[in-house]
Amino acid sequence: MNTINIIKCSVIALVILLSGCSALGVEPWQRDLLAKDEMSLTAAPVDAALDDHIYFSKEASSGGRSFGGGGCGCN
Amino acid sequence: MQLNKPQNFTTPLAKQSKTQTSNNRALKGLLTTAACALLGVNSNSEANTNVLADWKFDTALMFYNEPSRVSASEAIIAGTKTFNNDQILNLKVTVDALTGASANGAVTQPNPQTFTSPSGEKNYQVKANTTPLDNTFKDFRLQANAQWTQPLGNDYTWSVGSNLSKEYDYLSVGANTNIAKDFNKKNTTLSAGLALNYDVINPVGGIAKPLTPMLYPNQFARSVSSDDNEADSNNKITIADSDHKTTADLLFGVTQVINRRMIMQFNYSLSQVDGYLTDPYKFLSRVNNTGLTQQYLYENRPNSRTKHAFFAQTKYHLNNSIIDASYRYMTDDWHINSHTVDLHYRINLSKGSYIEPHVRYYTQTAADFYQPFIQEEAVLPEFASADYRVGKMDAYTLGVKYGMPVTSGQSMAFRVEYYHQTPKNAGFTQPGVLAKQNIYENIDAVIAQVSYSF
Repeated sequence: MNTINIIKCSVIALVILLSGCSALGVEPWQRDLLAKDEMSLTAAPVDAALDDHIYFSKEASSGGRSFGGGGCGCN
Repeated sequence: MQLNKPQNFTTPLAKQSKTQTSNNRALKGLLTTAACALLGVNSNSEANTNVLADWKFDTALMFYNEPSRVSASEAIIAGTKTFNNDQILNLKVTVDALTGASANGAVTQPNPQTFTSPSGEKNYQVKANTTPLDNTFKDFRLQANAQWTQPLGNDYTWSVGSNLSKEYDYLSVGANTNIAKDFNKKNTTLSAGLALNYDVINPVGGIAKPLTPMLYPNQFARSVSSDDNEADSNNKITIADSDHKTTADLLFGVTQVINRRMIMQFNYSLSQVDGYLTDPYKFLSRVNNTGLTQQYLYENRPNSRTKHAFFAQTKYHLNNSIIDASYRYMTDDWHINSHTVDLHYRINLSKGSYIEPHVRYYTQTAADFYQPFIQEEAVLPEFASADYRVGKMDAYTLGVKYGMPVTSGQSMAFRVEYYHQTPKNAGFTQPGVLAKQNIYENIDAVIAQVSYSF
């Protein structure tokens, strides 16, 4: 896929997303559920690190959730 | 990418109970004593316990096993200290050991096959009708990560980190930085990150000249006498002892709180890898028109790769459970496209324990240079690899995790997963005897993990 097209699409998507985002969200006192550890996006970082290493070694894709490059000679 | 808790190994200290349990202190004291013993320093247990009282530790032991293939054990210890002004220091050490057999890339044959080990010092045999595995595979890896995260003003979070990983034949050093800005009462977070890695590979037996044959000792003697400049290893024509690659990753993310129960994240990442991307231990079988192998060639991959990944994740808090769903699409200039769907469903049980089933599905297309074998009469391509990991493949994972608090501030979790890979034929016709061989063998793996946080 053409890199420039991807960047263009990403910028457009971001602008649309941000303009819609201002209507979303909660007040600070409504964060009781979101503040829980288990609601953080990477709630089990050790599990995620171990899984990343396994799938990086066994498949041709990496990253996405976080940085995906380098670090081991397994692929 | 969420930068509010970029290395979120722990609960921030402020959230913890002020009254650390005596068990916690004892454990941290023990850890300090062990660390001091390692460093040869006299440990004053009470003083050191106080130093570590501000730290939160996450540890895990993981075992990975492919029956009759690779086994790996991995241990992680991660320590996080949160300072008064919300600065977070995270240090992590990972060690893993790998033994067992790994597919060497050659195709199954109706006859036994003989390969020279990477060092060239010995041969290994593979039975007829069996996927060729290199059983000389063994490695030990040590990895260290350090990450510093701090707020900048009211709305920005900045993070910087480094990593070092060393294996017998591999060294990787890297650094990363991230910046995130909160908008809309911290309901929207935009982030941008950069990571750079420099890897050096020093393969056993050196780096083979691309697509040249694996040599047996008697062939090696002939090759040396014909060209002294090229053949300088026991089993291959080498071009260097070592090589390197560089990786640059850019990551842009948006995190959005939707409502009281729901949060979403969208990431785009660009990864540029340049340098030696070939697997120095992988072969390709060169077969004649009856499907019988005539030679084993060392594979060769392009020396650059550009990857784009689009990642979306959502977490939804139901009354007594949490759904965590994510999807990733990856595409690259090797023409590998992949889709990954990952689903966790955490069900809270009584007294803080929980059970979390997990399902993951993965599918990828083959790299344009992937081919399971090379036909003898064909002109050699510039790039070729028979490594099933760059071939067409589907995979799924089924797992379950059970977590429970031990005492205040301590918790334990157990995780078991089953991973199944199904390599597929990407449209290659198998000539002669190969037609009856299973050259796309499925792979099963079991993953077991114990985690302990204190």
